[in-house]
Amino acid sequence: MSTVDEATTPKAGLSPQFHVAHHFDKADTQFDAGRMGVWLFLVTEVLFFGGLFCAFAVFRAWYFDAFVEAHHHLDKVMGGVNTVVLICSSLTMALAVRSAQTNNKKATVALLLVTLLCAAVFLCIKYVEYSHKFHEGLLPGKYFTAAGFTTGNKAGIFFAVYFMMTGVHGLHVVIGMGLITWILVRAAKGQFSSRYYAPVEGVGLYWHLVDLVWIYLFPLLYLIG
Amino acid sequence: MAQGAITDTTGPAGYGDASSGKNYLNAEKGFLSWVTTVDHKRIGMMYLASVLTAFLLGGLMALVLRLELMKPGKQFLTADQYNQAFTLHGALMVFLFIIPAIPGSLGNFLVPIMVGAKDVAFPKLNLLSIYLYWSGAVFMFASLLIGGIDTGWTFYTPYSSTTSTAVISVTFGAFILGFSSILTGLNFIVTIHKLRAPGITWFKMPLLLWALYATSVVQILATPVLAITLLLLIFERAFSIGIFDPRLGGDPVLFQHFFWFYSHPAVYIMILPGMGIINELIAVHAKRTVFGYKAIAYSSMAIALIGFLVWGHHMFVAGQSELAATIFSFLTFLVAIPSGVKVFNWVSTLWKGSISYTTPMMYAISFLFLFTIGGLTGIFLGMLSVNMHLTDTYFVVAHFHYVMMGGTVIAFIGGLHHWWPKMTGRMYDETVGKIACALVFVGFNATFFVQFILGSRGMPRRYYNYLDQFQPLHAFSTVGSWILGAGLVLVAWNLIRSITKGAIAPANPWGGLSLEWETASPPITENFAETPILKHGPYDYFPAGSKH
Repeated sequence: MSTVDEATTPKAGLSPQFHVAHHFDKADTQFDAGRMGVWLFLVTEVLFFGGLFCAFAVFRAWYFDAFVEAHHHLDKVMGGVNTVVLICSSLTMALAVRSAQTNNKKATVALLLVTLLCAAVFLCIKYVEYSHKFHEGLLPGKYFTAAGFTTGNKAGIFFAVYFMMTGVHGLHVVIGMGLITWILVRAAKGQFSSRYYAPVEGVGLYWHLVDLVWIYLFPLLYLIG
Repeated sequence: MAQGAITDTTGPAGYGDASSGKNYLNAEKGFLSWVTTVDHKRIGMMYLASVLTAFLLGGLMALVLRLELMKPGKQFLTADQYNQAFTLHGALMVFLFIIPAIPGSLGNFLVPIMVGAKDVAFPKLNLLSIYLYWSGAVFMFASLLIGGIDTGWTFYTPYSSTTSTAVISVTFGAFILGFSSILTGLNFIVTIHKLRAPGITWFKMPLLLWALYATSVVQILATPVLAITLLLLIFERAFSIGIFDPRLGGDPVLFQHFFWFYSHPAVYIMILPGMGIINELIAVHAKRTVFGYKAIAYSSMAIALIGFLVWGHHMFVAGQSELAATIFSFLTFLVAIPSGVKVFNWVSTLWKGSISYTTPMMYAISFLFLFTIGGLTGIFLGMLSVNMHLTDTYFVVAHFHYVMMGGTVIAFIGGLHHWWPKMTGRMYDETVGKIACALVFVGFNATFFVQFILGSRGMPRRYYNYLDQFQPLHAFSTVGSWILGAGLVLVAWNLIRSITKGAIAPANPWGGLSLEWETASPPITENFAETPILKHGPYDYFPAGSKH
């Protein structure tokens, strides 16, 4: 493809391996476009989770008593620890973006590693929680077999909403781990600089959204009656 | 063609360097060069071939359905086969044809060129979008092999979570197609924001871009809700999680709310690009400055936004509160305002224009009639008391076919003729084009106008059998479908034949003023030999300062 653009583009601060895509007039336009694309993608994510939050609101209004009873069966300590873990991971992610912007390769790599570790811890705790639920029959709809519920099988709806919300969120954490690994490798190769850090920033934005969804999930599912 | 004073200002192919004989079609050769391309024009052409294939299959199914309905009772399909045929007709036409049709094909081809860019903002995502489209199509067609689907394209619960047919395959296909649609919308929004060439301000863009921008906003905001809805439905079927199943305490009406929260705005994903095309056809083939540019631009945005607030009008008899129904009814009437603004502006643009009755203009005029009928009957249906009688009858079927087929498909075919010389470098035969347009217009009205009458007399939609009294009108409609089918075959023959036999197209056969007419036909891979600089707006048809 044409390399005309590069000849006229100030590439100061960009590594020699970096090429402005042929259809952008300069690197900054490319970064702007990428940033806007990520934000628009996050909008779609908000709408995607929005459907689940809406279902939660509807069924909580319908089966208030069942929701109150069922939510006592969630482990508030594990949920709380996971909340702290994710908030920490958001901090390390934000610091990783910052260190990429200040050409601090070592710190970027270290902070991304910590973020990755937090994500793994989150999933491990989630796994323990899920095992308990499966063991006790606290499951959605037809599979709800837990004994001793005064509100009958309506609690099955609570667990349907719980598993769908935390399950879809958990899937986003897994995808996030893949993305973080990707920028971790690139950071280790020294591909980012104060001029070019767009992928770190984009993955960071995605990761903050994943955390933010959990910040809403935790109180709605675990805390409020 | 009478171009008058504008001939001097446009000139031939100002930015299209055709001297090398290379263009985007022959720059690279071979199957691999197509399926690995990131060129928006090639991706647009692959979309075009794909959506037209879907249209052909969906159309054949429609002909079969009409044939079965010619007389009451069984002709050659069993009731189950009939249910599967109308479901797949609807699902194919909605998800594989009409939603991706204009944005995927003409949109991909034209958006970067109209803003003077070399490509869309994210070319690789654009390629991913058509791969997702093909994957979704595979899942949809796979349902045919594993038992079909008989829920109707709306997949209403609880039937869809209990029927024995292949619901998961089709809904998973639609789920994947949603991502394809989101990627197209995301690409267009970023392209229009970030890649406009110098001088192309928001209000110097061709109105097609405003329409596609509004479409993209809807694609981005509505499609994710369909994704989560279909995911919940798939889990409902696979694991009986109970969210939509009343036996387990779930709410089937919630499914309808979720479904229509996407699928009503999706109606505007379908019609807005068609409206955008009509702007271009009318202005260029009437050589007339668009009347009320800003009103048309803003009305596209208004339709996109109000379109999000009217989904409840699909559920007037589904058990929502009277208050909710009243509000949804009122908001439905509101959509008529920006739609009306457009129709009046199109007609005003024609007024005192120098109209050439080319094939694209014939389609534009057909659109004005058919869309107006489709839109106005939508107002009938939005009225609560009338809706009680007409809901789920052939009146509804006729209404949405007038908007979707009479509106979007007619605009799409008109646009296809308009930009065909640009895309292929060949001219189609005008006479055949006009005859085909007339056949489509007559056939379409013969097929669907009687369905308004059938519906208002109580013929329910989706029924396999019917009372004898409806037979003459059903037969009329079936004969109409043959004329419509013949018209569309003629359209296809005319366009395909032109690829080998058509005259070589000049860069600007219609005297258009937007940027795509300033590059070669077909364009070079980079679209423009150098970044174009806008010398005039897309509709500057009268010399500056002169009064017509």
